[in-house]
Parts: sequence; C-alpha cells; structure tokens
Amino acid sequence: MPSLGSDMEAGTLVEWLVAPGDTVSRGDIVAVVETQKGAIEIETFEAGVVDRLVVEPGTEVPVGTVIAHIRGAGEPAAPEAPAPEAPEAKPKPKPKAPKPAAAKPAGPAPTRVRVSPVARRRAGQLGIDPETLAGTGPGGAVSLEDVERAAAAAPATAASATRAATPPDASAAMRRAIAAAMARSKREIPHYYLSTTIDLTQALDWLEAENRRLPVAGRLLYGALLVKATALALGEVPELNGFWRDDGFVPGPGIHVGAAIALRRGGLVAPAIHDTDGKDLGAVMQALRDLVQRARGGRLRASELSDPTVTVTSLGENGVEAVFPVIYPPQVAIVGFGSVVERPWSVDGRIESRRVITASLAADHRVSDGHRGALFLRALDRRLQDPETLA
Amino acid sequence: MTAHAAGGGTIALTYREAVRAALREALEADPRVFLMGEDVGRYGGCYAVSTGLLADFGPERIRDTPLSESVFVGAGIGAALGGMRPIVEVMTVNFSLLAIDQIVNNAATIRHMSGGQFSIPLVIRMATGGGKQLAAQHSHSLEGWYAHIPGIRVVTPATIADARGMLASALACPDPVLIFENALLYNEKGEIPADAGAVDIDRAAIRRPGSDVSLITYGGSLGKTLTAAESLAGQGIEAEVVDLRTLRPLDDATILDSVRRTRRAVIVDEGWRSVGIAAEVMARIMEQAFYDLDAPVARVCSEEVPIPYARHLEAAALPQTDKIIRAVEHLMGSHD
Repeated sequence: MPSLGSDMEAGTLVEWLVAPGDTVSRGDIVAVVETQKGAIEIETFEAGVVDRLVVEPGTEVPVGTVIAHIRGAGEPAAPEAPAPEAPEAKPKPKPKAPKPAAAKPAGPAPTRVRVSPVARRRAGQLGIDPETLAGTGPGGAVSLEDVERAAAAAPATAASATRAATPPDASAAMRRAIAAAMARSKREIPHYYLSTTIDLTQALDWLEAENRRLPVAGRLLYGALLVKATALALGEVPELNGFWRDDGFVPGPGIHVGAAIALRRGGLVAPAIHDTDGKDLGAVMQALRDLVQRARGGRLRASELSDPTVTVTSLGENGVEAVFPVIYPPQVAIVGFGSVVERPWSVDGRIESRRVITASLAADHRVSDGHRGALFLRALDRRLQDPETLA
Repeated sequence: MTAHAAGGGTIALTYREAVRAALREALEADPRVFLMGEDVGRYGGCYAVSTGLLADFGPERIRDTPLSESVFVGAGIGAALGGMRPIVEVMTVNFSLLAIDQIVNNAATIRHMSGGQFSIPLVIRMATGGGKQLAAQHSHSLEGWYAHIPGIRVVTPATIADARGMLASALACPDPVLIFENALLYNEKGEIPADAGAVDIDRAAIRRPGSDVSLITYGGSLGKTLTAAESLAGQGIEAEVVDLRTLRPLDDATILDSVRRTRRAVIVDEGWRSVGIAAEVMARIMEQAFYDLDAPVARVCSEEVPIPYARHLEAAALPQTDKIIRAVEHLMGSHD
C-alpha cells in the first residue's frame, strides 16, 4: 500500500484492475484505493507478471502492506498464500459472558479499546470494526473468539460491511486528513509571507489574442499562465521547490506544481502537473483540465498526489483579493493568487486602469529567507510581463 | 529420538543412570574420550553420576581434578585442541563462573580467532537449578548466560531419553557443547528403548500437543509444565508443551509454528525473569508472530532473589505448577 500523502496511514483497496497472470509495465494502473482524499488510481513501479493479489477488495490495510506480488522476468512464482483458517468451530469449554469493557478499567482511563493482533487482523478480513465488540480476552481485550462470534452472529452484516468498507462519511475523513496536515504544517513550519501586486494586463491581452486563433476546446485560461509562470520562476529560486525531510531540505526531482482543486463535496486536493516548467502552455492547460475533472470524479493517480514539489492555490473565482496560504508538508512553499481586479495603476507616470492580481508566497523559513522569496515574486512578475515566453 | 530396533524392548532407569550409560558408551566407543572433574573418580561424582566408571576405565580416563574450575576447564580446552574428546564435569553452574573466562574467551572464540584452523570439540556437563535446599550458591540457573555466547552450543536434556542420547551428539559436534543437567532430574525414573542412542541437539520437541496455548519450557521446568498442562486439560484448556531442548541455537521454527497454531504463549524458565531465555523467546515471538497473537505473551520465571535456603521460600521463588496454571488462566481471559 503506497503512501499517497504524508499523513496517510492506511488505505482501502477498492478494486483490482489487473488479475494474476497479467503482464504489467512501470506506470500501469493496477488498482484503485480509497483514501481520505478520495479514490486514487495506483500505478506499479515494477514491471513483470502479476503473481498474486494479496489484499482483497474492500480491505483497509496500513501503508507499507504488501498488496500484490509482481514477478520479474525469470523469477520463480511466489509461494501459495496460506489458506485462510477456518473459523474455530470447537465450542469453548468455558463460555464466558462478555464483560462490559469498562467493568474494570486497567490503569488510568484507557482511551483505546484493546484488540489482540490476530483479532484485529481477522476483523479486517471480515469487515468488522473490532473496537465495537465486547472483549472477553485478558484485561477485557477483544480476542479472536470474540470476532468469530460476532461474525457468526451477523453474517449478513459482515458481508455487506466488506462491500462498503470505505468510511461512510468520506468528506469527514478528508476533513481529518486536511486537519492533520495543516495542524502539522502550522506546528512545525515557520512560515513567512510575502505578497506583491502584478500587472496582468499585457498577459491577458496576449491570452485573448491567442484564444482567438485557437479552437474552442483548446482555449487557454489565465490560470494556466499563472502555473507556468510560477514553474519558470521556481527554476530561478530552487530552494522553494522541494521537501523538508529528516531535518534538511531535499530539492525536488523536477518542478511538479500541485494545483489546489476544491472539491464539490468539500475539501481539496492538489495533484501534480509533472514537469510543469517543460510543458508548453497548451499542455499545462490540458493537464489542469484533466486534473480538475478527475479530481472531482475521484480518480486521481497515486503519483499525482505524492509528487508535487510546490503548490499553487488560486481563489480568484471567489473575489478574494489576496491569499495567505498554508504550506502542505513536506513541501516548503505555496504560491497564492487572488482575483484579477481593475485598479488605477501608474504606467510611465500616467494613471491608467489596469487589470492586476495579488500574488503571495508562504515559504518555510528553515529552508529559505525573505530575500529569496522576494526574488521569486520578482521573477514571477517579470515572467508575466513577457507572456510569449510562457507559451 | 532416533529409530530403535524392533523388538529391542525397553529398560527402566533413572536420569542419573541414563547419563552414566551415555558416558560409559562414549568411553567404550572412542579412546579419545575421557572424563575429568571434581570428585568424578573415587567419590563417583557429587551427584553420583560417574559411580563405578573409575573401576572400569582407570584413572587415565576418569580423572579427579583439583578444586580449580579454571584449571580443569582450561585443560579440557587444551586436550580438545590436541585431538582428544574431553568431557569436563563442573559441579554446578554457579561454580562454572570460575571458569567463565576459559569458556567464553577461549572455548567459544578459538575457531573464529584462528580463522577456522582450530576447533574445540569439548563437552562440559554441569548441574543447574534449585529445589534441593542447597542455598543460593548452588541453586542458580545460569544456562541463559551461556546461551548468550556465540561459538558454543547449549543443550538442556529434560527427559531420560535426552539424558541418554544428547552426550553422543555433543561429542560428535566439532565445537564446544555445554550440557545442563537440572539437579532435580537425577532421580527421575523412566523407560527408554533398550537400544536408545544418539538424539539430535538441534530441534525443540513438542512433549504434549495442544491447541489453546503454547507452554514453552526446558530442563527442570518441563515436568512442572506437563503437570500444569494436565491440570488445565481438566478445565478444558488444551495446552501444548514445547521443550526447547537446545537453548543455543534456539529452534525458532518449532516455537513459532506452535504459537501460530495456539495464538498464545507462556514461557516457563527457571532462570530469573529479567534478560533471560524467556525474554529471548518472547522477543522472537514478537518479531515473527506478532500478528498471530491473541494475547500478550507471558512468562513464569524465578523470582528475582538469590534462591533461598528455607524450603518454603525456595519453593515460592521457583516456577511451580500453580504459577503456570494461573498464568495460562489469565491469558485465556478467565481471570482479569
């Protein structure tokens, strides 16, 4: 189970898109996993033949769990998985009445229900929440027997639970994920904030001219310009593009701008536009459209969620003038854009009405200082004054 | 156990007689074998194991030594280096501490430090354990200390058949083997095939199959553990009893296979609780079978005091059948 975000602890395997015997190559989509961020398509990083699918659809497993075996060329087949053991049919000689878990609290206010490791594993297989059961094991712990008894008592419930193993309230789960990431960000990252107002008139004029020559389906939105300009400006200030890991800065393996996308059911995701700086504007626009569509359909790929090296967030549609964004860890910077507004502006000593936008930067002070952040905003401004270079 | 000839019949003997029969067989089979230690000749051994051997094999091969463990264990190492197959008897494991430098710094290391040019095919037998009111300096169970040391093998015969069969395998081993004989076992009686011979010293053995809990033990605690298992069967709890037999190297496969079936384990170890064999077995279960467990692994060990002289205090300090039963009942959720 790959980690699809720094705060992801577990994922539910929703669907396998390959079967044993299938040949896969690196980058193929092999499965769909439900996370707190929605359904994500999982790519394989190995090429070979699918040997065995280990995790059953509907099962939630921790990050790092082996979910399938892929056999490389010439490797022997993996050993057969041990058949799941038949539930213990043997009646216990001393059937014990389940004790209320709170009958005898062990130590000061236990907040976590005790569940034995094997009981937890079996409950996962059966789609039962073991923490809702009354435990009869040592210290009131939920034992394997308790899980088997619950499964026998409610076979239908267990079966349907397997089907609907995704949390009933996905938006609540996403809220928790955002809460964890943002609390961590504000707890750990010393943010500094800079902002500047950029005259966008020239860029928008150029864009309108471009769009007149383009077919309707290929028309460009100014958001793509902002993303592309951000990517190019980051090339000049690389310490804003990367990750804070193990007490040090790790530069990004490319400039993969994450585009923050608000979801209709609430919450947001920020999937990557890979190698944004190397894409032409049309390709950036296409990637943005595709990501927005798939994000709202809940079909993003794992690498798109884990790869962004920086995030761009724009609240222009909502009439916001300036954004003071919160960095998404382990990234070290986030760039915000407000609305395009018409303002009186001094051009060559004359007041004109110009279309301007407020660009802001929140950056990790452990990695960069305000001076570097200022250079970034200046580079961003310069790029946007020269829109032909963004094409 | 190795196979025995059909129709050979069985013989009844004590653990002491089984060790003696093994010694006699080894002395007869190989002229390089000799027995050396305090009081092993004229006195017949302080636990009377070697009684009669001096008369049959003479003072060259049944050698009484001065009361200096470092000297005669060192001499045994030298004899082994020189091509002999010495069996050194140390009266108790407590006294072996006077020879621990020879055992740990020499016997265990020479193969490694000589780049494999020399080996030490030495067997050291010693009594271990309490329960005979011999007080602290004669009653401790320090086999776990030796099980910590790479380069030596540590075996703990708990049955008549192992007492009879482990010595030959130990002598066949090219490296030092320490045989720990629990002093309470010498008078145990049992039957073995008349032609019983060498047994492996690699594998743990399941002494009683069961499905609800694995009781993992060795040496002098095996009998108490089997008694506890019988008593638990009366409550409907089927305990599997695993006899470790060899403390170094531990037979992980047998231990883990049992725990994975029963999903619960209690380790019974006459050594002290902290930093002992029981702790090591528990750690291996945690490392390799955590997700198969239905309850925390428990242990029944000696209380952390020098083993007392007074009978009731000594009994209270050692693992006993009732303590084992209580530990199992707790794991089964019968008690909180």
